[in-house]
Amino acid sequence: MNNNNKPYSDIPGTTVFDGDMARIGFHLNQFCMSLMQESNRTAFKQNERAYLDKWPMTEAQKKAVIARDFSQLIALGGNIYYLVKISSSDGLSVAAAVSTMTNLSVDEYIDMMRRGGRSPEGNRYVVSNTSEEKQ
Amino acid sequence: MAKITCGLGTSHIPLLGHIIDKGDSGDEKWAPIFDGYQFTKKWIREQKPDVVVLVYNDHATAFDMKVIPTFAIGCGEEYHPADEGYGARPVPTVKGAPKLAWHITESLIKQGFDMTIVNEMDVDHGLTVPLSMVFGEVEEWPCQVIPLAVNTVVYPAPTGDRCLALGKAIRAAVEQFPEDLNVQVWGTGGMSHQLLGERAGLINQEWDLAFLDDLKSDYEKLGAISQVEYIRESGTEGSEMVMWLIMRGALNHEVNEIHRHYHVPVSNTALGHLIYENVDKKGE
Repeated sequence: MNNNNKPYSDIPGTTVFDGDMARIGFHLNQFCMSLMQESNRTAFKQNERAYLDKWPMTEAQKKAVIARDFSQLIALGGNIYYLVKISSSDGLSVAAAVSTMTNLSVDEYIDMMRRGGRSPEGNRYVVSNTSEEKQ
Repeated sequence: MAKITCGLGTSHIPLLGHIIDKGDSGDEKWAPIFDGYQFTKKWIREQKPDVVVLVYNDHATAFDMKVIPTFAIGCGEEYHPADEGYGARPVPTVKGAPKLAWHITESLIKQGFDMTIVNEMDVDHGLTVPLSMVFGEVEEWPCQVIPLAVNTVVYPAPTGDRCLALGKAIRAAVEQFPEDLNVQVWGTGGMSHQLLGERAGLINQEWDLAFLDDLKSDYEKLGAISQVEYIRESGTEGSEMVMWLIMRGALNHEVNEIHRHYHVPVSNTALGHLIYENVDKKGE
């Protein structure tokens, strides 16, 4: 989960959707976009693999879509606003989809949000000993 | 002459639209969210703006990965609420203000802002949720809207300084428009939130509240915040706050903050809302 040698590569648990990610994720994201249409959603649900095979995506991207592995999809260039089109067509809330990328269950995640969300303390830098002092 | 009278900032969280559309906005459960807009609903009925320049970001709706404009202005007659994957929101069609929009566009380009011009597009929750939160459930939106879409989806978003400058340029353009129009500028999005990765769910209340404090008088300082700093401090989607700087830039230096509301959480997000009225001073 990192963008190497970028000014944001030291932010933990975060992938910034930059040009590199946009480039490798282009077809994956455009596949997601196609799910905005009801007829495409139906075709996708009838045979996910066949529908995915119409898109010039990598095998890893197709497998991650079928597995609904959002962490992997982000790593393979997916953008969250595009990826939620998959979870929406599954009838899942954004919070439910987002929580799968954390080490929490959906209920634990929602409970964390109710209690004010994830604190930035200790979550600003990958190595958080001296760097946090900058704040 | 047309005049910008007020600015308004609000989050545009999609859950708010779902709650309203289900008819649940009066539910006690959601009162801590919706109570903070009661003042606003009364206030807007008194203000009666003719046109709202509504700054928002499109969430992979009208724009996909084929075309990603950094700043796009809607010059069309009308905009339909988009089907974002679960059917279009049952809210009125948004009426544009094409004559003013084209005037603003021409002025902005001459002032150095190379706008993308959009005549036809659907608008997603980024634009319709703020309208619902402010005007409530109505048969027709009681004003015209000029959508101003900002790319905050693909890194990098425009800088805060550039957004402040765009706001100032919008103000200059509006003030040269010969019709007597009451114009408001709304900045939407934010506040702190992160929708991806192991760090998803990040909320930084201290950061958000400091932003709301500084926006009134120390907004130049906010213009210098880099997108990396926004991401580090307030989450990947926290950088949507640059859209509030367009609103702030469009107002006088001196403003009165007449309302503020802040609530955590709304699904994954910290909700922020405030209203500024321009303080009229000669020469400004």
